[in-house]
Amino acid sequence: MTTNDTNTRKSIRQKHILDLDALDQSDIELIFENTDSMMEVLNRGIRKVPALRGKTIITLFYESSTRTRVSFEQAGKILSADVINVSSDGSSTKKGESLYNTALTLQAMKADAIVIRHQHSGAAYFLAQQMESTSIINAGDGMHAHPTQSLLDLYTIKKHLGTISSKKVVIIGDLLYSRVARSNLWGLTTMGANIVLCGPNTLLPQDFQDNRLLETNHPFRNIQIEENIGTALEDADVVMALRLQSERQKAGHLPSLREYSRRFGITSERLKVAKPDAIIMHPGPMNEGVEIESDVAHGPQSVIESQVTTGVAIRMAILYDLITGNHSEKEL
Amino acid sequence: MAANVLIKGGRIIDPSQSIDEISDLLVTDGIITEIKTSIDTPRNSDVFDAEGKIVCPGFIDLHCHLREPGEEYKETIQTGTAAAAAGGFTTVCAMPNTIPAMDNQSVIEYVLKKARETAQIRVLPIGSVTIGRKGKQLSEMSELAELGVIGFSDDGDPVEDPNIMRQALSYSAGLNLPIINHCEVPALAEGASMNEGWVSNRLGLKGMPNSAEEVMVARDLSLAELTGGRIHIAHASTVGTLNLIKAAKARGIKGTCEVTPHHLTLSERLVMGPTEDSFVPLARNAYDTNAKVNPPLRNQSDVSAMIEGLQNGTVDVIATDHAPHNEVDKTTTFQDAAFGISVLETAFGSLMTLVDNGHIDITTLIKKLTADPAKFLGMGIGNLKKGSNADITVFDPSETWIINSQTFLSKGKNTPLEGTLLKGKIKATFYKGRKIY
Repeated sequence: MTTNDTNTRKSIRQKHILDLDALDQSDIELIFENTDSMMEVLNRGIRKVPALRGKTIITLFYESSTRTRVSFEQAGKILSADVINVSSDGSSTKKGESLYNTALTLQAMKADAIVIRHQHSGAAYFLAQQMESTSIINAGDGMHAHPTQSLLDLYTIKKHLGTISSKKVVIIGDLLYSRVARSNLWGLTTMGANIVLCGPNTLLPQDFQDNRLLETNHPFRNIQIEENIGTALEDADVVMALRLQSERQKAGHLPSLREYSRRFGITSERLKVAKPDAIIMHPGPMNEGVEIESDVAHGPQSVIESQVTTGVAIRMAILYDLITGNHSEKEL
Repeated sequence: MAANVLIKGGRIIDPSQSIDEISDLLVTDGIITEIKTSIDTPRNSDVFDAEGKIVCPGFIDLHCHLREPGEEYKETIQTGTAAAAAGGFTTVCAMPNTIPAMDNQSVIEYVLKKARETAQIRVLPIGSVTIGRKGKQLSEMSELAELGVIGFSDDGDPVEDPNIMRQALSYSAGLNLPIINHCEVPALAEGASMNEGWVSNRLGLKGMPNSAEEVMVARDLSLAELTGGRIHIAHASTVGTLNLIKAAKARGIKGTCEVTPHHLTLSERLVMGPTEDSFVPLARNAYDTNAKVNPPLRNQSDVSAMIEGLQNGTVDVIATDHAPHNEVDKTTTFQDAAFGISVLETAFGSLMTLVDNGHIDITTLIKKLTADPAKFLGMGIGNLKKGSNADITVFDPSETWIINSQTFLSKGKNTPLEGTLLKGKIKATFYKGRKIY
């Protein structure tokens, strides 16, 4: 079996999922296929398969999260793995034990996979460097990456629009602090989308279009930055709103949430210039009335709620692939 | 020890006297007594064959962290000065961010006593500007000056309050000593762990912009003009900083600056990992905490500006900002890791790449490590004049070596250059005529 043989291979042959920059188009498509199978399992009457029986998955969450942690836990349990949840409230992480020592302890427990969320960018990379045999899944590291959320977004687009290639995807809001957006830039670029970033200058690093990137033939060279939301939304296929945290106002990035909402909030009025069948996405949790109006969030074009179920299937596909896949041929 | 040391056949470069010739150099009782084409070996001599090597004054480092007292697990005066000697340095200035800070006579006396007992080179203490380096109340600068501090600094932190800086510059002017400031506006650098730019955006790390440094440099130069005090900008790292210093010097303001070897040779790319092609995908060894330093490694145009500053004299001296850390301080996430690089033992080899690439000539490099820092200190060191202390460094400009931090004499193994091939190696260091390395 060769790496390029997408018809027969079953695994993306990665040891870790740290970000989407390590996956090519055929990898992502393979994950989609496997997610389809997992969706089928989720629709059964008895939602349990023995695929990962005897395997141990540890979720290690240094930041509070309900949806992502539960999504991984459920994914692991449906596949019959033993899932151990470690969160910063219930372990020595609050007692000042370093991530390094935690890594050594978990290593000794011989977990098959560790799902880590951490408030510091690069934490998953740090863990991956320390671990010899355990697969690391990045469930969000600081402002850097959130690859499983991004795969979920990509899968959702594909399911609703049939393809991602050449679709106009507009990402609106706090791009400076958004790990979801950073991972999506890689995933969407790999899948051939046309990306437009929109937001106030204070939350939209111009470095996404840095000249040095243009010169070096960087994959992000086609990303457009547009400050006017009306122009950004014209003929959009996908509108992705990002969560705006109230801390941004305190740090001086914004005069007020009210003004942000008036300039960049997604309203049904503004969506009129987008394609009629455009879909509305949000990685959650939403601030309805700030970055997105309630009637849009829960309206006919919104795919936000269907994303939650799909998230479990995506994570089942990832866990299954990393734990059972032969990743010796293709490592980072 | 023999009374005489004869260093034979080396290329002697002493920028303080514009000497560049192949000669012998004779040391008697720790004092340089003669430089001549051929000196007969006197009785009772140690002879050091320096053929094919360069003999120059011992290097002077205006900025290093020896960590003692308080953080002896990172470095001690003994290990730090041994590392310095291995790097060709015979004089180091110790920054006062110890625990407790070097803000009173007792701590300075402790450092001087430890240096007498454990160091084989000259250790010159720097006093802190304010009590406890807290930026609120001036240290008793005059008392510290009596013990021989060479200036004042709250390095590690800036003197944030402009009024305190004004008073410090004014007060120290009366003592004819400089204030050495770590320029960083805290509000512009809050939470930042690297340079702000495309790499920080790529890695999702909060960056500090060049302005965080430049805004305070501009303030300090203005206050130096107001007070007539001497301001020395520690570890200048941006093109804007050098432009400000250049303009200030032209106006007669007593402003000087130093640049570190890493800001002259390394860019922010290193944070993405030691290999150059690690952009897509990001290497698993990205977020290299050994490349975390403050001020941060900047972009290539800043690095080029630093080199240009060396060439045109805007940069007064090269100083290491040697900042040793224990492994536990670096074995963590990038954000949590300590700032700092262990520099003393790699400084010279790194700087020689600038010579090899034709950016600067060997004499300029030696001058920035010897005569110019000596001038800053106002001391008769850093030269090979007859009658001077025989502080001498001998290096082989063409010998190559690979950096292996496990062989460092410094306790700090924290270098982003592990495994790097360098050309130019220190072969011997003499302090007052005694071979200490």
